[in-house]
Amino acid sequence: MQVSQSKINDDAIDLMINMGPQHPSTHGVFRLVIWVDGEKIQKVEPHIGYLHRGSEKICESESYNQIITLFDRLDYVGNLNNELAFSLAVEKLMDLEIPERAQYIRVILCELNRIASHMLFYGVYGLDAGATTPMLYGFRERERIQELFESVTGARLMHNYIRIGGIKEDVESDFKDKVHKLINDLKKSVDECDDLLSNNEMFLVRTKNIGIITADEAIDLGLSGPSLRASGVLEDIRVTDPYSIYDRFDFGIPVGSKGDCWDRYFVRVQEMRESIKIIEQALVDLPEGEIITPIKGMVRPPKGEVFVRTESPRGDLGVFVVSDGSDKPYRVKVRPPSFVNLQALELMLRDTYLADAVLVLGSIDIIMGEVDR
Amino acid sequence: MNFQEILKYFVYAGLIFTVLAGIAAYLTLMERKVLAWIQQRMGPKYVGFKGILQPLADGIKLIIKEDLLPSWSDRAVYWIAPVAVLVPALLMWVAIPITEGIVLDDSDLGLFYITAISVLTVMGLVMAGWGSANKWAVMGGLRAAGQLVSYEIPFIMSILAIAMLAQSLNLTEIVNQQKTFAFILKQPLAFVIFFIAGLAELGRIPFDIHHAESEVVGGPFVEYSGAHWAVFYLAEYMNTFTVAVLTTILFLGGWVWPEMPFEGRLHDFLSILLFMFKTVSVIYLIFWIRGTYPRLRIDQLMAFGWKLLVPLSFLNVVITSVVLFYGFSHFVLSAISIFLTAVLFYMISNRSKKYDSGETVNVVSASQLRDSQR
Repeated sequence: MQVSQSKINDDAIDLMINMGPQHPSTHGVFRLVIWVDGEKIQKVEPHIGYLHRGSEKICESESYNQIITLFDRLDYVGNLNNELAFSLAVEKLMDLEIPERAQYIRVILCELNRIASHMLFYGVYGLDAGATTPMLYGFRERERIQELFESVTGARLMHNYIRIGGIKEDVESDFKDKVHKLINDLKKSVDECDDLLSNNEMFLVRTKNIGIITADEAIDLGLSGPSLRASGVLEDIRVTDPYSIYDRFDFGIPVGSKGDCWDRYFVRVQEMRESIKIIEQALVDLPEGEIITPIKGMVRPPKGEVFVRTESPRGDLGVFVVSDGSDKPYRVKVRPPSFVNLQALELMLRDTYLADAVLVLGSIDIIMGEVDR
Repeated sequence: MNFQEILKYFVYAGLIFTVLAGIAAYLTLMERKVLAWIQQRMGPKYVGFKGILQPLADGIKLIIKEDLLPSWSDRAVYWIAPVAVLVPALLMWVAIPITEGIVLDDSDLGLFYITAISVLTVMGLVMAGWGSANKWAVMGGLRAAGQLVSYEIPFIMSILAIAMLAQSLNLTEIVNQQKTFAFILKQPLAFVIFFIAGLAELGRIPFDIHHAESEVVGGPFVEYSGAHWAVFYLAEYMNTFTVAVLTTILFLGGWVWPEMPFEGRLHDFLSILLFMFKTVSVIYLIFWIRGTYPRLRIDQLMAFGWKLLVPLSFLNVVITSVVLFYGFSHFVLSAISIFLTAVLFYMISNRSKKYDSGETVNVVSASQLRDSQR
């Protein structure tokens, strides 16, 4: 793969500066070494690994249902999507039939989780740009969703709710009303958030035409999710390679055209609206019935290997599981979207200023827990 | 100079410091409350009645906090920097009147003195940046130098137009000239330029580039803690208050416009109240802007200053001088100024027009994509 990079003039470099690992806007423990000429970025070098916990290795010594708790902690903003990815992988290996009710509840919660994750992005991105108010608005909405999660799963963050074969326990009887109320609120507040930041003159000036990555470059680097779609590539695994029951819903896929920071930002705002549509349809169809396919004893998938890819809030989350027939996997490998998307940072930071580094990094929406695993 | 006179000056200095420190402390509370209101939260509410003692608690906390000295720092510069920022903030108040007669030195060069002193702030910021021996701090200090020096020009040029209109540099005299019409009606353009440049001088959002938390981690203040950090913020809020007061004096008619009813003491009291009301309104506007806007990038800030504000402020001075020289009616000045203000706002909105939104992101329906896949 040929990555064209702007020519670096070594004479022009007059300061090497460490952005991170303790910097307020690196979104976790991420270190970016930047060589600048005045305010202009000449060269960057990302350093990762500060949050490495060896999750993949730990997976090999845990039973399948225990691993779900580890997946919660990879992308700690889109937990349910991660749980779903692992469960789907094991279910595919075991050829399990998932009860309809469980499928729908999974989809509803995962889409809510996507909105929560994008709301966090929205707030933090505003803060990166220097606007303090969007953060409070974004977190208010995320709080509402988390309250619902707490009433359903018992936890606000590390839910451990999706089980291999279904879900942990059935939702309460007022779940439908609660979600209805929640999405009605969210509809209004997404518009509110949109009004507050998206078309703000200064925000436009700061984010438009910054950190551009073309469609070809994006595909070459393996970008996925909103970051890829912002460059104009129509690819959403929920549609192009459907998993769970996503092929039953009609929703929109926001696609950008320029691949700049603003496109990446706005694709996510639009995605929140589309997620709401999915939830609405799923609520109408939500059937009664079983919530989990009972499995006798420990989960012991047959010998073999499986790869499943899902659309997490950040992009293409792939899970590869090798089973040797025992109650513990032989190998688990995660293809985290943040890790791959982060590769594009160097390219996006061509011909930008130091202040843009923050906005470009923010627009990729990385979660270090997922990058370092 | 006898002993009594020296004592008098000490008392004055103490008085200015105490009063301004009090005002600055309560501005922090006001800012937090206003921001909280914008952001749908409560703000401080536990210390004292509805959080009224919060600034006191903050102050005590900051004073008893350990003052850290980075090991590579340039000690003398590092410790002098906060003072170098605070002293100009206080010195400006020598010439600023609150109402007729309440002023330390009703100098005929008042306005000149204030503009001269206000430039000194930048030195303290650069010193802080340099002394901290921190790359982010140096970066912030240099940003501050560039920003403050460039915005000094439109700041002073807009004041100059007012001075020409009032035919005086004495602030009390300038206020008294506004008995029939406040200068904002004659010079709206100068007001807009003054306010924007004032925001930039203060380093408040959207111009808080030199101490941007998310970019340069607090800029020149990054290594400071405890009381020295507090001194910087004291100075910043004092300057906010100063700019608001100057806006009131120069453009909003100070304590004379509109004329308050009644006679004697009651009249004076109402005048001061009017003055304070205007000042607080301007401060409120500054906080409101902080709650609404993101920040600009340094090159955009410079382009905005040098390509738009500086030429317009010079043009304003030229127009004012022509109108005054030929003795045209001030309504002509008003009309031209309003027209130019409209041009300024048009140009600002046009700059972002070229980034017209919405079009770059389209929503493709899933069924369409599914069909195309088959």
